[in-house]
Formats: sequence, structure tokens, C-alpha cells
Amino acid sequence: MLRYYLKLGFLSIRANPALSGLMIAAIAIGIGACMSIVTVRHVMADNPIEHKNDVLFHVQLDNWNPNDPYEEPNEPPEQVTYLDSTALLAAGRAHRQVVSFKSDRVVQPDGDDVLPFQQEVRATSADFFAMFDVPFKFGSGWDSSADRGEERVAVLSSTMNEQLFGGVDSTGETLMMNDEPFRIVGVLDEWHPVPTFYDLNNNPFVGPEEIYAPFSTAVSGQWGSSGNNSCWKSPDEDGYEGYLASECIWIQMWVELRNASEKEAYAQFLDDYVMEQKELGRFPRELNNRLSTPEEWMVNREVVVEMVGVLLALSILFLIVCLLNTIGLLLAKVMRRTNDISLRRALGASKSALFKQYIVEAGLIGVAGGIAGIGMTWLGLRGIENVFVDYEFIQHLVRMDWSMIGLAVALAIVSALAAALYPTWRACSVSPATTLRIQ
Amino acid sequence: MEIGPIWRAMLRNKAGFVLIALQIAVTLTIMVNAFGIMQERAARIARDSGMDQENTFAIVSVLYKDYELEDRRALIRDDLELIRNVPGVFAVTPTNSYPLRQGGWSMGLQLEPGMATTDSVGSAIYFGDTSGVDAFGVELIDGKNFSEEQIIWRDPDNNTWPAQALITEALGKEMWPDETGSYVGKTMYINDNDPIQVIGVMDTLQAPWPGWNGVERSMLVPWIFGNDFSRYVIRTEPGMRDQLMPEIEAMLAASNRDRIIRDIATMEETHRLAYTDNAALIKILGFTVTLLTIITALGIVGLASFNVSRRTRQIGIRRALGATKPAIVRYFMIENGIVSTIGLVIGAAMAIGLNMLMVEAFALEPLDWYLIPAGMIALWLVGQAAVAGPARRASSISPAIATRSG
Repeated sequence: MLRYYLKLGFLSIRANPALSGLMIAAIAIGIGACMSIVTVRHVMADNPIEHKNDVLFHVQLDNWNPNDPYEEPNEPPEQVTYLDSTALLAAGRAHRQVVSFKSDRVVQPDGDDVLPFQQEVRATSADFFAMFDVPFKFGSGWDSSADRGEERVAVLSSTMNEQLFGGVDSTGETLMMNDEPFRIVGVLDEWHPVPTFYDLNNNPFVGPEEIYAPFSTAVSGQWGSSGNNSCWKSPDEDGYEGYLASECIWIQMWVELRNASEKEAYAQFLDDYVMEQKELGRFPRELNNRLSTPEEWMVNREVVVEMVGVLLALSILFLIVCLLNTIGLLLAKVMRRTNDISLRRALGASKSALFKQYIVEAGLIGVAGGIAGIGMTWLGLRGIENVFVDYEFIQHLVRMDWSMIGLAVALAIVSALAAALYPTWRACSVSPATTLRIQ
Repeated sequence: MEIGPIWRAMLRNKAGFVLIALQIAVTLTIMVNAFGIMQERAARIARDSGMDQENTFAIVSVLYKDYELEDRRALIRDDLELIRNVPGVFAVTPTNSYPLRQGGWSMGLQLEPGMATTDSVGSAIYFGDTSGVDAFGVELIDGKNFSEEQIIWRDPDNNTWPAQALITEALGKEMWPDETGSYVGKTMYINDNDPIQVIGVMDTLQAPWPGWNGVERSMLVPWIFGNDFSRYVIRTEPGMRDQLMPEIEAMLAASNRDRIIRDIATMEETHRLAYTDNAALIKILGFTVTLLTIITALGIVGLASFNVSRRTRQIGIRRALGATKPAIVRYFMIENGIVSTIGLVIGAAMAIGLNMLMVEAFALEPLDWYLIPAGMIALWLVGQAAVAGPARRASSISPAIATRSG
């Protein structure tokens, strides 16, 4: 019977090409508008480290101005000081711990024909790679002994390795940065977390850095941070040493805690640490430490831009207009066939048979609209890419995965069926006799 | 006149009309709110940055070899000298940033010395020498420019700020809201305890961050950093920019090979980049509203065509009884007018509601009131235009149809 209804539906769609086309187009455009925005939002809100979301924690301590919270109402600063990050790192109380910042360095490739270029380098502690599941193609990260020394070692991304060494195993080779030689110990495999959850400041959609070097080496080389630097009071002493000893925040800190008891113990440790520092005259504000999972941290930093929310709201309304349109057209189509329907009813067709027939027809329109809607979404995303042509990061945003395609089709069918309910109900309630009388 | 009977006829067949009215209502809701956002964004883009937009560009030099402080300063002095002597260069200043660059330095300013509190006023900080005013292209509306002696090199071991500054009028207004006279001669405190005296007032010089609500607040201080990193803002004679940009880039690159030259950008490009998201939003919303209007119009056409074909016999009878063609057209136009009016009134209420929600949730600006009547009139006309085609077809139904049995 289903095949017969499908055939009938197909014939009916063909019989009214303009009306059917309009319905399919309306659904497709509505789905396209909605899904383009949903896709952008989905990618922006993506959590690249979801599989470790319950064991990774971003660390915040409140060392801010006693008269003025870092952010209203009482948010602790989003980064930590050098003093605290190194103290916590040295204490080693978490399963793994990462302190890091980014810095602009000048890379000097071998040979005179390639000009030196500036590159953002992530200065970080040894656990970075293991903690964030960073895959290696050649070699490995540095070991934690490098975190205490001034060893000049570096890890390259596969892109940077391609650019500098043509993609061959470059471990053991030398990388010149700002006239200082770094020994390459590892080359990463493809790794493109977007957004870069470990540092959401500045633009988290450009992807990770291409070069990594030990935190302690960077500090002894007096590297400045090219990310956010905030101070609530000026350093007591001038120069780089003064900055290290100051209350300025510029370092991101993460810890890995494998279970609830570890987390509890670490939170207690942080409280004790701050209380101890209070004795020394630091931390004038009330105790306000925070451990956030990557997801909580992304929500806190409002990674999903507000405008996307506005657009999402408008695009949902847009879909509603398209559906109202479809309902109106379906209704028109049904009412035009009142004669057929009452004839069939008079000949003994049950209401449920009629219902099935028309819902199958509407479903067909929904599937067609959904498939066309995927095309529309693709066009919509190309359009978004086009108007944001200056934003390199948008190019990473605009991609569709299977879950989005599935969602588009499901949304189209659900929409079409929802749109079909009222017209179908009207069709079923046509009484057998009325129209026959006129005939 | 005919409204009564038409209205009663519509009541007998509500569903289709209710749907169209709802569709028109939601369309108006989206249209008006989208226009509100577009208008606000367009106004943001049109703001004056204060600079000579067409004839100014910036360039950065980064030293990567270890230089002594004196040598770093000498390099900057040499660079300025070289650039200044290029024919066609109007002015050049060493600085840290420039309007709309989306990166820069801000500080809290206070009226009294002491630790910063919530009352301090945030301002963008630009460094510059005596040519700063000319290079940034600002107009001094009060006071005077820095003198040569006031320009100081920043000492890496001493963070004390210079004692003078030029401020924008907007910054003055924020610092001293009750002042009706001149801001010149007033003192403010930066970095907790360092006093700065206002020696001049600039008309407009925007901050580097286009989205910041204090974007009109900035100040120019007579400081030069002798860092590895130095940025120059260069203003050329009218029309010379595109020719001088590559010349100066090549000249600087060749003059010293221990550095890289980068981040060369015109102010026009900077402006475009700073507002890319706003411009994109305007395009996306404009496209959405157009598409939506088309869909709604097609919906009206569809429903009207359906009504025409359903009423073919009835129309034929009316024609046979003496109704003129314009009377038939009028019937459909009035019918559509009634549906549109109902939809638009509901839509106006929904538009205001949605706007209130969005003001609440997304901190948008409230709508300008006139957008609502403007949107209503526009959509009402679209409805009339959409129904005109089917109505004309209806009017051409032959009276002879009435004689056929159907």
C-alpha cells in the first residue's frame, strides 16, 4: 500500500508542478537559512577535547584589585600570574599540569633565499602534549626535566615542518629563532582543534600555534606574551624581572584531575595555597578560586558570538514563515481536490487511509525539500564564507559534517509533516456527501 | 461599501487567510528587526575614525637580532629620517597602534591619584612625537601640539608616564562631564599616581577597538618606545599612498637586514577589516529579508490563484449579473488588504515583542519607531502587488461560465 501511496503522491506532485515546486522551494530555503546558522554555531561551540571534558580543568585564582572585581559581578581573572603558575607547577599536585602563553618570535630559515618571518610560538610545560592528546608524527615532546632548565628544544606542527624541512623527519635538526638555536625534538601529526580551547583569548578560531617551546626556556629568554596582559596595579619593579614578580596576569593554566576525589583534593590545595599567600600580603579579595571544564570555560568566555544567537533566532522565524507558506499551499491543494476526496470517501475509503495517503504525499515533499535544503545550506555557507572573505578563520567554520546533514533532512521531514498535519486533517474531514450532491 | 460582504465571505473560509495573515505577521517581525540591526550597524561603519583615511598607512619593523638600547633608538631615528625625506610623505610618527587596528593599549584615568577603582575612565593610548597630530590627521580644536622638548624616549627601567597629553573631546567629556569651558590645563592620573596634564584637545581619534563602547575615547602621549618592535604611521600627500607604500617598505627592508618589515596596512583596509563582521551581517540580513519577502509574496500569489480557480463559477455569475472587471479586481485587492492589515497589526506587536526580547538577551539597541510603520506600508504594498496578477486573471473570466453547469 505504501508503494501505491508513494506513486499517488509522486503523481500529485507532478500534476501541479508550480505549486509543488513552490512548496519544495519554501521548505528548502527555510531549512537552508536555518541550517547555515546552526552549522556555524555548531562549529563555533564545538568542544575539540570532549573526550577529556570531565578530567581537564582550567585554573583561576582571584588575585585582583580589592576595590574592583576583574569582571562584574565577581569573576576571577581569566589568566594567572607568573608567581602563581610557577608555584602551582612546582608543587605538582595534579596528575598533569600545563602552564602556557603565546609569544611572537622571528624564525630564521636556513639559507639566504628565504626571508625570516614572524611566528606565534606557544611556550608551555611538558605535559601539554600528553594532557591535550596531541598526536606526534616524529619524535615526542620534551620531558619534564626541561621544564626546570633552560633547554632550547622545540616541537613543530606538521605544517611548519612541511614549510621548513619539506615534511621529512626533522628531529635533531636546528631551528633558529631570534638568533637562538633550538633543537627540534618532535613533529606533530595533523592537529587542528577549533576553537583552541586551551587559550580562548584573542581569536580562538585561527587554530593552534605552529611551534612549541618549553615555558622555562621562554621565560629565561625574556619572551613577552603576545596574548592578553592585564595588571590591576603596576609592577613594583621595572623590567622583565619586575613583570614576573608582579600581580599581572598573562598565563593560562590547566590541570588534569582523574576523578572527583582528585578534584576535591586539588581545590582544597588551591584554597590552602591562596590562604598561605594572603599571609604574605597577596590576594586581597575573598577566596574565589575556580576549576572549569573545557566546556564550562568556553561558555564562560562566550565563544559563541552573540550575533550568531540573533541570527539563529531570526533564521528560526524564517523557517516558520516558510512552513506557514507550505501549510497554506498544501491546504489550497487539498481543498482543490475536495471532489476526489468526497468521491473516495463515498466509495468507502476510511479516514485513516486518506490520512496515510496525504501524509505520505507531504512526506515526499518534505524529503525533496530536505534534499534541496542541504544544497541551500551549502549555498548559504558559501555565502557566509564570501561575505567574511577577510576572516581566515571563517573558512574553518564553514564545513558540514554528517550530523549536520542528517539534522537538515530530519528537520525538513519533521517540518513538512508538521506543515501537512492541518491540511491532511481538513482533507480527512471532508464529508462524503456534500460535494457529490453538486455533481 | 463592499468590505462587509467580503469580510463575511472570508469568515466562511478562515484557514487560508489566517495562515497568510500569520505569515505576513512573522515576515514583518523579522523584517523590522533585521532593518533595525542593519541600520545600527551601518551607522557604526559610517563613523569617522578621525584619520585621513585615503592617504594614510602603517608599517611595522621588528628587530630579531640583539641590539643595545642606544642602537635600537638610533635605528628608529634613522627610519623616521628616511621616511620623512621621501618626496610625497606628509608626516610620519612612531606609535604603538592606530584607530580600528583591533589591538592596542588602554589605561584607566582618574581625577585623583591612588589605586584604580570602578570610577576610572578607560581610554585608548597612542604614542607619538610632534608629528603625531599631522600623521594621525587629527584637528586640534583647543590648546596646542607637543613641543620638541616634551617628546621623551621610554626608559625600560622607569615606567613613569609623560607629563602631557592630547585628549579627544569625547574623553574630556567623560572625565569632566560638568565642564563647560576648556579641558586644557586639567590634570588626570594614570597608572595610579602619574599626573598627566591636558595640553590640547583633538576633535576625533577613535580607539583601536570598533566594538568598544568607549571607542571615541583616546589620548596621544609624547612617548617613543625604543623596543625591538616599532610601528610607523605614515600620511602621504593626497593620492601618493599606493605609490609610496611599496617604495617605503623596500627602502626600510634594505636599510637594515637585522629586522623584518611586516603588517603593512592602509587605513582603508584596516577600516574594512574592522567592520567585516558588521558589513557581513548587513548583507546576510538584507539577503534574508529579500528572500523572505519573495516567499511571502509567492505565498500570497499561491493562495489568491487557488481562490480564483475555486471561485471561477461564482466570478462568472457575478460578471453575468453585471459586475465590471474593475469590481472583480477590487474584490481580491480588498480581500488581500484586509488580510494584510490584520497580519501587519499582529506583526507590529510581535516585532516590538521580539525587539524587547533581543534588547534584553543580546543587548541590542531598541528599534527606531518609524521602522514599524515603514515596514507595514512596504509589506502592504507587496501584498497588493502580489495579488494583482491573480486578480487580473479573475477579472478576465468570461461571464459565459455562469451558463455552464459545473
